[in-house]
Parts: sequence; C-alpha cells; structure tokens
Amino acid sequence: MELIKDGIRYDGRKVDELRPMEAKVGVLKNADGSAMFKLGNTVAVAGVYGPRKVYPKHQEEAERAILRTKYNMAPFATSERNRPGTNRRSTEISMVTRNAILPLLFLDDFPKTAIDVHIEILRADASTRCVGINAAVLALADAGVPMRGFVASCSAGIVEGKVVLDIAGKEDTEGELDLPVAYYPEKDEVTLLQMDGITNNAEAKEIIKLAVKGAKDMIEVQKNALREKYKLEGAE
Amino acid sequence: MIHMDPMSIRNSIDEGKRLDGRPMDKYRDISVEVDVVGSAHGSARVKMGDTEVIAGVKVETGTPFGDRPDEGVLMVGAEFVPLASADFESGPPSEGAIEVSRVTDRAIRESKVVDFKKLCITPGEKVRMVYVDVNVMNDDGNLIDACSIAALAALLTTQVPKLDEDGNLTEESEGPLPMNGKPVCTTFAKIGKQIILDPTRTEGMAVDARLTIGTFEKDGKIEFCAMQKGGIHGFAVKELEQMIDMAEEKGKGVREIVDWAVQKKK
Amino acid sequence: MMERKLVIPGDFLGDGRAGHGAFEEDSKAFSNVVGLAEEKNGLHFVIPLSGIYNPKRGDGVIGQIQDVTFSKWIVDINSPYEAVLALADATDEFIDLTKTDMTKYFNYGEIIFAEISTVSKIKNVQLSMRNRKCRKLRGGRFITVTPAKVPRIIGKAGSMVEMVKEMTNTQIVVGQNGMVWVKGDNEDIAIEVVRMIEEKSHLQGLTDQVKAFLEEKMGSTTKEVVTDGTD
Repeated sequence: MELIKDGIRYDGRKVDELRPMEAKVGVLKNADGSAMFKLGNTVAVAGVYGPRKVYPKHQEEAERAILRTKYNMAPFATSERNRPGTNRRSTEISMVTRNAILPLLFLDDFPKTAIDVHIEILRADASTRCVGINAAVLALADAGVPMRGFVASCSAGIVEGKVVLDIAGKEDTEGELDLPVAYYPEKDEVTLLQMDGITNNAEAKEIIKLAVKGAKDMIEVQKNALREKYKLEGAE
Repeated sequence: MIHMDPMSIRNSIDEGKRLDGRPMDKYRDISVEVDVVGSAHGSARVKMGDTEVIAGVKVETGTPFGDRPDEGVLMVGAEFVPLASADFESGPPSEGAIEVSRVTDRAIRESKVVDFKKLCITPGEKVRMVYVDVNVMNDDGNLIDACSIAALAALLTTQVPKLDEDGNLTEESEGPLPMNGKPVCTTFAKIGKQIILDPTRTEGMAVDARLTIGTFEKDGKIEFCAMQKGGIHGFAVKELEQMIDMAEEKGKGVREIVDWAVQKKK
Repeated sequence: MMERKLVIPGDFLGDGRAGHGAFEEDSKAFSNVVGLAEEKNGLHFVIPLSGIYNPKRGDGVIGQIQDVTFSKWIVDINSPYEAVLALADATDEFIDLTKTDMTKYFNYGEIIFAEISTVSKIKNVQLSMRNRKCRKLRGGRFITVTPAKVPRIIGKAGSMVEMVKEMTNTQIVVGQNGMVWVKGDNEDIAIEVVRMIEEKSHLQGLTDQVKAFLEEKMGSTTKEVVTDGTD
C-alpha cells in the first residue's frame, strides 16, 4: 500500500501536519493535578500527587523535591492485549519522560518532598511517550507545581523515504524511522530526543527541526487547555 | 562513599580542562580483544580507559515472532553486575542498566546489519536466536559506547553452530554470522556550555545532558541508526547538529579499532 | 481594586522583581504557577489557583498532634512538612518537664489552631500559640478544602465566613492550610455552604448566592426546630 501520494498521506494529512489534538485539564478528582491529552487516536491521562512526603525515606533530598515519573500502558490500549505491569520499555520511557520535564520545574521550592507523575496510556496509536509528556506537563501545572513554562513532545520520522511529522497508524508499523523530541521553547532546549531507524546527516537534522516545530504547535494546545480550566476563576 | 564535588568538575571543564587531561573531543584509549570466552559463540572484551565490559554471544534456536515469521531474533542485553561498581546492586536491573541495554540493542537492531532472513530455519516455526549479553566488569563511565563496541566485536566474531539432522545444535560451526555493517554508539555530554566526548564516571556526576548517536557505514556513506538523549537538561538544536557532525568522524575511528581487533584474530 | 489577570506558568508579568508565584530573569518577572497576577511597587507576584499547602510565616493553620517528644509537639498541618510546636511557644507557664506529662496540654490526635512563626529555607516549620486566636479545637467537625480556595471562603476582611457563622449560628475556624473546623447546631449546613463556596469560588456575586442559600436553608431548619419543640 502506498502511504504517501502526491504529498498527501493515507490518512489525508500533509507531510508536515499534526493529527487533531485535544487537551483537558482537571480530569481526575483524587489527584492534586491531572490532565488528558489526545493526539489522533493516542490518548494519555496524567495524574500528579504532591509535592508530598517521600517514601521510602532514603530517596528524600534535603534541598529539593524529587520528581518521579511512571509511564504505563493500559493492557487494552493496543490492538493486541499487552501484558500489564512494568517492563523494560516502560521503565526507559518513564526515565526519558522525567528528564524531559525536569528542566521546567522549580524543585528547590519544595525540599524534602516527592512529586509523583503517573501517566496512563489509554489508547496507543504511536507517539505514546510524546502524548504522555504533554499530559504530564499539564497535570503538573494543574497541581500548582511551580514551573518555568511548558515543554511539549512531538515526533517526526521517515515514511516511504519522505520526512513526515507525527507518524501514526500504518506509518508507525511500516515507516522507516521515528524520532520523538521534547522541546522547551523559552530556552530553545531539546529535553528529549530518541531515534530508531536509519537516516543520514542532513536528513537527521531536518527531522529534528520538523519535530521541534510540531512541539511548538502543541504548546499552544496545552496553554489553551490550562487557561480554559481556570478562565472562569480569573473573571473575578 | 565521598564523591568529587560536581561544581569543581564543572569549573575545570569550563576552563577547558578535563580531569584526565584529554581534549574535549577525544575518546579514552580503547582496546578491543575478541574470542575471550570459550563457552560463547562469539565474544569480546572492551576497555575504554578504566571502563571494562565483556560481551558474549550465544546462538540458539527458537520460535520466531508472530509478525516476522521468516526472520531470526537478535537480543542485546547489558547487565550491571555488582562487582563493577559500589553503586550497582543485585536484583532487578536499574533504570540506568535498562537504558544501556536498550540503546545498545536499538543501535544494532535498527541498523539492520544482521541479515535476519538468513537466520530463519523453518519459516513460522524455527529460527536462530542470537543473544548478546554484555557484562559490565568495571564502570568508569560511558557504558553505552563500551557495551555497543563489545556487542559489535562479539557479533563480528560469532560462529553460528551447525544443526544436526534433528535440528539440534552441534559443537561444529557452519560459518560466521551474516553481517553487513558495523554500528557503534558515540556518546557526548554537555557540562555547562562545553560538549565533551566519552564522559568518565566522575565527569558523569556533573553532566547536564547526554547524547548517544549510533552510526554505521553503508556504501561508503555514514548512516545514523539510533539516538538517545539523557541527562536532566536539554540541548539546543545547534548543539545537536554539532554532535551529529562529530559522530560521523568519531564513529569511524571506533570502527577502525574494532576492525583491527577482528582482523588480527583472523 | 486593581484588575487581576489570569496567568499560567511562563507568562510575562512585567519588568521588575518577582515575588511568590513568580520568577525573575534579566529583571523581568514571569509567573511560575496558574494564578492571578498582582503587582505592588514593582514587585510582581501571583496568587495561585491550585496546589498543595506550602507553609508561610504568619499563616493561621489547623493541625493535628502527631507526636509528642520531650519538649515539643509534632503537628500535621496538611502539608508535606510537619510543624513543630515547642513548649515555650505553647504556653507562658513555667513547666517542670521532669514532673509534667506533655500530653496533659496537647495529646495525640488533638486538633489545634496555631500560627506559623517561622519557616526555614529547607522547610522546618515552627508553630506558636501566642496569638489570642490560637487554641485547641474541641469537638466539632473538619473538612479539607483546596488551600488555594481559602481566601474566597474567608472573604474580604473575613466577610464571607462571618456571614456563614452568623447565619448558621456555628463556630467556624478556617486554616490557611485548607482545613476548616465547624462546630455548632448547624454543622451540616455550614459544611455544605463551605463546599459550595469552594466549588463556585470563580463566580461573581457569590456572597449574594451564599446568602440566599443560607436564608432558604436556615428558614427550613428553623421550622423543623419549631416542630420538634411542640412534640
């Protein structure tokens, strides 16, 4: 099957077009902060607890809060059921997610505490780590954790030899390369970058730039969602 | 255990000095030795300064993955055994160990240099399973590069065991593993504003961000097969581009060392 | 009153210094939380609209005695940081520690209203009972509300909580840490109304709504009381 024809992808998108996005803040009652982020068919919900006391105690740091992230994919999120629980993939994603978000936070404001971010992928159609990060950043803001601004995460890749933004569906299984980034615009910093697949020097640079551009657009969606939840409260 | 103050490491890097006197863009001395473990089908020991790892390859048979019925299976894993560092503990692998494993695995797998189709015995039923296990013997930083070099050298020297009439593994070899490229990882780190190559364990304590780039050569051109950013800060896009450029040349140097070790053995 | 603007993390607040809820870069202030921006003499700060309770000096808080040590009490103040109430800050009496059992003053599980006297950089929190409002809270009921909503529950110069107290004929103590204590004949109604304020804190004309709600409720309660009395 041809996935790109005359510059149009099989799902109707242009090569540099993101899937439709939706974000909602404050979706869980118990969590101190929560958010949902949807990118096409990929859906993530993030919940934040804390800053709170650290257990086990030995993880505590005297001068700052620690950030703990947990990425988990629901067993029903994929076409074939995936086995519940932590695995090596989820452990790695939890770690890169934490590193992607860390530069944003003022951890010194809450010494001796833990900020726990739980990311649950409810439906997976590529870019789950990106969507998880986008939800997590919103949940942290909703929890009132002091932060410098926003990061958003987006992927780009290669499908049938062409550089495309935000790989999804068949492009994910049949595409040649996937490169997710997280981007923090105020500091022009790439806080997450991974790559699977084969490319060359010039193309690698082009893909990074495209993914960064996608992330910038996502930040607007994040910001609007946050303002939407709190806008009424600002009317006072 | 008392560690060196990260601040003094930063200051010295800031002044353009590395603790071991190396230039910013140089690897430590790398030595590669192959066929070091008799029980493995392929093996290698890599020393990178004081970092030392041993990789062993075992080729067995098993059932293929459902979505790739006519392809063999390759798995690369790294184990941080407690003898390698006071920071390593027994028990389930740490985040760091999992990252080293997965990045090493991706660089080799994604480069597609192993001809998986040739590892198929009976489609849908029986294929060759290639397990690469890397043991970290002494950790002095940059384990990803050391593990990827060791895994590559071990694969390049792997002899695939012959099967008997019943399909059981024999002691005899039927030839080397079908490979057509040499992927290696090159790891950079940012400390302050400075980009350094091959950070040591001590330097690692002051690292803001880290980038590993996997490269291999195909038809005389350098290709990129994996990237992984680590560390708690980010890189500017310009810095990423700078490292992508540097990785081309640095990877080449590492491949020459591996080639030399493998050739010498032959 | 100055107009207050909704800001989110990273929003530019203005040139000048950054106070709480804000951070400074190159003499420019930016918000670091979701909240309402304010400015006083070039100091930009943000009143947060969410978040857990972060102890601040001078705050009146409601806490529960968690532990009693040789000369101080450890108090849970609905925050990641527990607070310490030293004997000397609890009473002016001379107490001979060799003869007196500390639990005689405040025992495990008891609830107090106290003032935060110091918060160190690494969040060691000290309490004091010296303010005349500080006391042990006996009986009654507690609820926890979002700490960011406390100012609305208290109202301007205490107007909201005073109205609820008066109309429901209950005692109400509101801690800045989001703990609310209610005691009196109409605890249920008082709690319902506090929840209502928390829920609708964003609405304009909330005071009038609360008043109407209370008038209706208290009207019916009064009738019930009358009926009960004639039985």
